[in-house]
Amino acid sequence: MCLAVPARIVELRETTATISVAGALRDVDVSLIDEPRLGDYVLVHAGFAIHKWEQSEVDELEEIRGVSA
Amino acid sequence: MNRILLAHGGGGSLTQELVQQMFVPAFKMRSLDDAAVLGVDRVRLAFTTDSYVVKPYVFPGGDIGRLAVCGTVNDLAVQGAQPLWMSLSFILEEGLPLADLETIVASIKTAATEAGVEIVTGDTKVVERGKCEGLYINTAGIGRVAGRRSVSHAGARAGDVVLLNGPLAEHGVAVMSRREGIVFQTSVVSDCAPVWPLVKAILDSNAEIHTLRDPTRGGVAGALNDIAVASGVGIRLEEKALPIGREVRGACDLLGLDPLTIANEGKLLVICRGSDADRVLATMKRQPLGRRSVVIGEVIEKPKGMVLLHTTIGGERIVDMPTGEDLPRIC
Amino acid sequence: MMKLPLAEIAALAQQVARPMQFMEVCGTHTMAAYRSGLHQLLPANVRLISGPGCPVCVTDQSYIDAAIDLAGHPDVIVATFGDLVRVPGSDSSLEQERAAGAQVRIVYSPSDALVLARECPSKKVVFLGIGFETTAPTVAWAIRQAAEENLKNFFVLCAHKTMPQAMDALLRGHEVKIDGFLCPGHVSVITGAQLYRFICEQYKIPCVVTGFEPWDILSGIKMLLQQHVDGRAEVENEYSRSVSEAGNLAAQELLARVFEPCDVSWRGLGTIAGSGLRIRQEFARFDATVALDVVFPRTRVHPGCLCGAVLRGVATPLDCRLFGRKCSPLHPVGPCMVSSEGACAASYKYEKRAAA
Repeated sequence: MCLAVPARIVELRETTATISVAGALRDVDVSLIDEPRLGDYVLVHAGFAIHKWEQSEVDELEEIRGVSA
Repeated sequence: MNRILLAHGGGGSLTQELVQQMFVPAFKMRSLDDAAVLGVDRVRLAFTTDSYVVKPYVFPGGDIGRLAVCGTVNDLAVQGAQPLWMSLSFILEEGLPLADLETIVASIKTAATEAGVEIVTGDTKVVERGKCEGLYINTAGIGRVAGRRSVSHAGARAGDVVLLNGPLAEHGVAVMSRREGIVFQTSVVSDCAPVWPLVKAILDSNAEIHTLRDPTRGGVAGALNDIAVASGVGIRLEEKALPIGREVRGACDLLGLDPLTIANEGKLLVICRGSDADRVLATMKRQPLGRRSVVIGEVIEKPKGMVLLHTTIGGERIVDMPTGEDLPRIC
Repeated sequence: MMKLPLAEIAALAQQVARPMQFMEVCGTHTMAAYRSGLHQLLPANVRLISGPGCPVCVTDQSYIDAAIDLAGHPDVIVATFGDLVRVPGSDSSLEQERAAGAQVRIVYSPSDALVLARECPSKKVVFLGIGFETTAPTVAWAIRQAAEENLKNFFVLCAHKTMPQAMDALLRGHEVKIDGFLCPGHVSVITGAQLYRFICEQYKIPCVVTGFEPWDILSGIKMLLQQHVDGRAEVENEYSRSVSEAGNLAAQELLARVFEPCDVSWRGLGTIAGSGLRIRQEFARFDATVALDVVFPRTRVHPGCLCGAVLRGVATPLDCRLFGRKCSPLHPVGPCMVSSEGACAASYKYEKRAAA
């Protein structure tokens, strides 16, 4: 019950932002996370950013996604 | 249930159920392939019909007019038929701007030239405002099947190879992005295109081709499930081999959708005898619409009527026949 | 280069030597495990089972019936996540009601429902609030926003639930062998990993907060096995890139501001004390049950439907006499068949495969 995707903030307004998931853009609310900045990666669920990621965590995800048999 | 649901039009299992339970008993159609292949004297003709109700009627990469031409000629092409003639029947909504209709007509003309098909007859009806969404188009198409060639959805055999000419799900994602209520933007454009030139090249290569299919509504999952059942075989796909564009994957991740179930309008599934796979792949890659062709799987004996996916982590899952409606999920 | 921890799992499973049954309680975990086909890659003595983690499956039938009833009012628009649309109520589903003319709109976010309310001032927009701690804060936000804007036509039919009490109920029930939990990663983003400490302390079984990539799930299983080998029962955090010990405080505050705990019925589990969220008095005007004429009709669960027992893990889909006959993915009777990764839907595919 938790489909959430990592997304990058490509535009930032006061309480909302436009995020990009590999080029798919959507507006989300960012009031649930601390000090979002342009270029930050966030976890998005149901139209809300619920967590902000550090670059190292983004890198970790990339690596994990690349793991195959 | 006692009413038609949106999912009945999705090209998935509910559509199939409706066809099997209501239409087939009544009409006893000879075949449920994309087009019927009929004989007159010594000529074999393919005959197909389609209706186009896409919303919105203009979308990134095309419009309902282009879709109507490409969809129709592609249904003929996958029965091995060169598209020759088409009918064009408009159902227009009162209030539709004439400028929009002009654009669509121009688009149809361009697509017909590109597809090498002649529009030979037509009809026009107008319904009251609110009774259709802008316009609907119905078509019928006739093509000619050369010689004794026979490709059919019941033709796949164990040992065959499954090929696809390019990336999945572009049309569906492009259209979805413009639909009300699902607000997201993408630069993905529809892949809407006529596939006959690609089909012709493949058939001319004299490879043994068993099945051709354009994976429209219901996506690759729907098309392959259909083939697996009709042919009485299993199909195993290789997840690593599936061509999915980065942007399409992003859109699917965002909405919780499976690219395998999303519509394509310029894609061709080819199922050929195993030993001909290399030749077919090389032939496809020489064609403009086939530059990014890949082998995506193989036909197996069992489990009959099912499609499996060998996953990137080495596991295996079943690729279902989609039920019919792509719903954005949170779960 | 990163590798899947399959060899480690095999080695640990051998060391443990006895059958291990781990439970995940998150529909998205069920989905992710199934889609990657990882069940087949586990050693013979390690099983991953699904608990009541799918909000679709645990939503009481009376809620669906009430939503269907609301959808029948000409001045109501029901706004819902796609997940609920096919769930059968006693007689119908939202999908079928939509076909019969009811105003049912699928939304991706509660904020979309707010937009709908602003755009249709003459209609009452009722948002179906399902989901656990990951989703509830987003609905809390929508309610608070509606309050700030003084919206008169936005309501929530609330069926939000929280996880820990259900996990506790499962363990207290002693019906299912649970040797460890893979804890829901995104619930934990909100609540923090500390949420599960009580399970380790009271029941002495290990808990690993786990992410959703196949690598994450396999790592989570590996960590559970390692705890067994070491004789530990702790909360570990596999999903540290998203989950902290304390969680998302802003979201937690918002939750507490708008909702309060209440007793609620879970399909198949009965009433679990304190496991639900109810809209606080202060925001009662947005509570559909207070502000509108919501009828919770007498629910008629099909007598043969075993979803409840399946959800608790005490029956398998094959035990249900409706399975594959009256109840199939195309014509589901209960929710375990609707959700494409529900236990029954998954079984249906595998049975079909075995017979084919």
